[in-house]
Amino acid sequence: MKGLRKERGSSGFWGEVLKEFKKNKGAVTGFIVFSLIVLVAVLAVFLLDYKTQITKINIPEALQPSSWKHPFGTDQFGRDILNRILYGAHYSLLIGLCAVTISTAIGSMLGIIAGYFGGLVETIIMRTMDVISPIPSVLLAICIASAFGQSLISLMLAVGIVTVPAFARVARASVMSVREEEYIEAAKAIGASDINIIVKHVIPNSLPPILVQATMRVASAIIVGSSLSFLGLGVPAPKPEWGGMLAQGRSFLNTSTNMTLYPGLAIMITVLAINLIGDGVRDAMDPKLKR
Amino acid sequence: MVKEKLVLEINDLVVNYETDNGTVHAVNGINLKLKQKQSVGIVGETGAGKTTTALAILNLIPQPTGIIKNGTIIVDGKNMLTISESDLRMMRGKGVSMIFQDPMTALNPVFTIGEQIAESVRIHEGVSNKDAMQRAIEMLEIVGIDKDRAYDYPHQLSGGMKQRVVIAIALACQAKLLIADEPTTALDVTIQAQVLELIRSYREKYDTAMILITHDLGIVAETCDEVAVMYAGVIVEYGTLEDIFNRTKHPYTEGLFNSLPNIIERRSKLTPIPGMVLDPTILPDGCVFADRCSYVIDTCRTTFQKDIAVSDTHIVRCSRYQEPGFNIKRMIA
Ligand SMILES: Nc1ncnc2c1ncn2[C@@H]1O[C@H](COP(=O)(O)OP(=O)(O)OP(=O)(O)O)[C@@H](O)[C@H]1O
Ligand SMILES: [Mg+2]
Repeated sequence: MKGLRKERGSSGFWGEVLKEFKKNKGAVTGFIVFSLIVLVAVLAVFLLDYKTQITKINIPEALQPSSWKHPFGTDQFGRDILNRILYGAHYSLLIGLCAVTISTAIGSMLGIIAGYFGGLVETIIMRTMDVISPIPSVLLAICIASAFGQSLISLMLAVGIVTVPAFARVARASVMSVREEEYIEAAKAIGASDINIIVKHVIPNSLPPILVQATMRVASAIIVGSSLSFLGLGVPAPKPEWGGMLAQGRSFLNTSTNMTLYPGLAIMITVLAINLIGDGVRDAMDPKLKR
Repeated sequence: MVKEKLVLEINDLVVNYETDNGTVHAVNGINLKLKQKQSVGIVGETGAGKTTTALAILNLIPQPTGIIKNGTIIVDGKNMLTISESDLRMMRGKGVSMIFQDPMTALNPVFTIGEQIAESVRIHEGVSNKDAMQRAIEMLEIVGIDKDRAYDYPHQLSGGMKQRVVIAIALACQAKLLIADEPTTALDVTIQAQVLELIRSYREKYDTAMILITHDLGIVAETCDEVAVMYAGVIVEYGTLEDIFNRTKHPYTEGLFNSLPNIIERRSKLTPIPGMVLDPTILPDGCVFADRCSYVIDTCRTTFQKDIAVSDTHIVRCSRYQEPGFNIKRMIA
């Protein structure tokens, strides 16, 4: 059997997508930058000490400009901004990735069920989505935070839940077009069960638009998460969430731009990198989708 | 003569599609019987309801628009319209399998062709993945594709090869009845011949009964024992090859022959059937072909058309054959 698996110059759909993605300079740059951010976020959590290097108040060194000791300066409590930004990276990434994982999982599942079965099931699911989608994430975050307390988990849930409808819609549309394909009918004609058809035919073929949506949504989830922290509804101080740091720095805009400049840049670079990846994924999958 | 066991028995099948523009009467009372090894060709122009009939046999009429209004469909002793969902899945692929019209879209782009053939084996035989793959490779060889290509994806194959894979999938479980819906329309003529030969030799080996749906009377003449001529959801004439080709009775069948190019006498004119296909949302009281028929009389439009047996094997649905001495004048080359 082994000898049969000859390379034929192509490795199927995902192989082609990967090849296409690698050709896209912007996407590769985005991917490298994003990988570095992830690496830094992980290292920072292990290498920096939360008590002494992140939250320890040291008033004599407050509001210092950039220096060798503090490359990004210090905040109003004398805490090193660089350290705080490095350590804070994991909050944003966690919020972005977990929120999107939650909404992708729930949203696509609902969308796939709605799209595949249609009829009453579809009506119920999609109308429920219509009810959820206009709820502002800020409002939802307030509700969740007041119900379960202010925490990273509440924030992820808040950001995740509001994007569920978007995924349900994309998944449903994608499934509806896949459902009409003749290979679905052919699969039924050889006696495949609904579950079998959904898992083997519907999901793999509906995945591309869902994945593109998911990548793009990570970026917006990070922004929403940071905005909520900025408003004081997200990760509570003194944890160095980037949005929260921005909020703190706002009162010191005249005296210390470092406090807002660097967290802002951090958010911007992260979001930009993810969007570049998202564009790359979309472009890489698009021509294949039409085949 | 011992009564042979029927592989397929369709009684008075009526299928409608409820669309926004009204009810489409796709199939209007079809009867069809098929014995083991037998093959019947269904011919008729586009929209005649051929694919609909085929899908009905698998109980796969697209929901919720498609509705089987009436009739029974018995495949290998099982009523396809009333058996349980799980029995139905067993019958699909094992009792009756179908080769679809368009090979370009009948394969899933994200799986290798080997996996797709193996899938059909796995569903019905409950064998391990490895054995299923082994069978898939055997099937590929049967349909004349190099076994190395089992790990190719559909987009790496030519149209003819894709159609062979589609056939391999349909044949993998040795169904009693094979339905081939225009299996060669998408292929060029040389490949057409090969594909038909492939199906023929396979049927010989496993005694498979077959329904071959096509526009092409030539293919029917080569592959089938009997012919059903379909028009507007009705079988207007049914008989053996001899009956249909040499003792044509129905004006529509005649029209079909006259609209074929004549090779023997090249100067003879092509005579298209005048008029247009019936609007499928209107179900006439009388004959479905009345508006385009050159033998039409007033009663054709008002009387319900019954099957008239011309001989043991030959049935025509034209009330004018009740008149003694009536016959169409076929322009035979
Ligand atoms: N899913 C559907 N919804 C509504 N109407 C349909 C549907 N499928 C087929 N029809 C209609 O039913 C009638 C019969 O269609 P069918 O596909 O059975 O024709 P056919 O004989 O296979 O034609 P062709 O030779 O073009 O394949 C046509 O009028 C068609 O428009
Ligand atoms: Mg058809």
